[in-house]
Amino acid sequence: MRVRMKVDGVTYEDEVQPRTLLTHHLRDGLGRVGTPIGCDTSSCGACTVDIDGESVKSCSVLAVQADGSTITTIQGLSGAENGDSSTWHPVQKAFQEHHGLQCGYCTPGMIMATVDLLKRNPSPSEDEVRHGLEGNLCRCTGYQNIVKAVLSAASELRGEGPLPGSFQDAPENDTAQTPAAETAGAPA
Amino acid sequence: MIPPEFDYVAPTTLAEAVAALGEAGEDAKILAGGQSLIPVLRLRLAFPTTLVDLSRVPELRGVSEDADTLVIGAMTKHSDVVEDPLVQQHAPLLSEATATVADPAVRHRGTFGGALAHADPAGDLAAVALALDAELVAEGPGGRRTIPARDFFLDYLETSLSPDEILAAVRIPKLRGSWGVRYEKFNRVAQAWAIVGVAAAVRTEGGAIAEARIGLTNMGSTPVRPAAVEAALVGASDRAAVVAACAAVAEGLTPPSDLGAQADYRAHLARVLTARAVAHAAGMSS
Repeated sequence: MRVRMKVDGVTYEDEVQPRTLLTHHLRDGLGRVGTPIGCDTSSCGACTVDIDGESVKSCSVLAVQADGSTITTIQGLSGAENGDSSTWHPVQKAFQEHHGLQCGYCTPGMIMATVDLLKRNPSPSEDEVRHGLEGNLCRCTGYQNIVKAVLSAASELRGEGPLPGSFQDAPENDTAQTPAAETAGAPA
Repeated sequence: MIPPEFDYVAPTTLAEAVAALGEAGEDAKILAGGQSLIPVLRLRLAFPTTLVDLSRVPELRGVSEDADTLVIGAMTKHSDVVEDPLVQQHAPLLSEATATVADPAVRHRGTFGGALAHADPAGDLAAVALALDAELVAEGPGGRRTIPARDFFLDYLETSLSPDEILAAVRIPKLRGSWGVRYEKFNRVAQAWAIVGVAAAVRTEGGAIAEARIGLTNMGSTPVRPAAVEAALVGASDRAAVVAACAAVAEGLTPPSDLGAQADYRAHLARVLTARAVAHAAGMSS
């Protein structure tokens, strides 16, 4: 079947089988391999993309169902694909600055789900962040830094600047830290 | 995994959809939001010859009013049900329960009618439809018929829809008077299915329960309406009376034993959660 969809700003028209999953079409058909496949059972959220303004698990959508849609993947989020981190979306920056990842496999889906969450709720509480990302599993981080990154990105997107406490704010050499700074409650 | 091969049709009206389903024969499947069916296809647990996709039929989406009844199109997405002001006003139990279904991305695709027609007894919404005395409107080649929720759920993943019928809408009588509602869902981790869920709508008069409607999730092969407990709750005016009336909620039921819980644990959960849901709905939480 013939399908036409706009992916990360480019319109593609292709022949697909009805059984082709959107995630396979994006990766194998269009070469948009920034969207990984995690669990294959709709649980993990690694393959989350934005379809017509809503976060969706692309492993649970047929490519034919997305005919006529506008899709944004992690690769199109910043609007630039030259690897230049200065053009990154604030959520991408926050995940880097707060170390919201370790192996990075869940990160594209985590970031796409976060962008959707913050669009609907620009000032989430920590609890709302955790519930808002319940469809995205991370097996490395324990979620602490992901939550920090999301709260920081929310603050930045509201125009209030990123939250302090990122790993880049820490002193380069821990041994150089003075006792005074420690007692003042500097983040570890 | 890659799903097995099938033909795909995407009609744009309900009449076309009914015709397409009839033409495709009895091994066709209806594709609603796909959040249960597509994983089933990916795991190769089903081999439909044709999928009839309802997502391009606008008349199946949206919420409207018909006098004292709320009419919810079967293809209305969970995320739209949660945010709909008419549902929040007239069927807040449905809003509350739908907000607990799976996770935000799944709620962006999954549909109210799809969840009911799938008839998984662990799904949250069938118990709500049963508790609220919903009616299910089915469209088939012979025309339209209305099925009360109590006659709709026949067994595990089995409903009274015939293979050539499409669930078109769900009619929910508006709650009138001083009703309180609560959906208590017990699961081990975020986004997991309910081990047991309890949907409760309670009308109070002068501080005592005048009417209670309860639907149980995952306490049998279909959602359950514990009529004896509903009757026993009438007149209860404090938490102790509610707890006493709910003690019999699992009697006569055969809840499943699986990795999530054994049957006796589910019976215990049903007693605790029913009392909790009713007490909360009746404003007797403390």
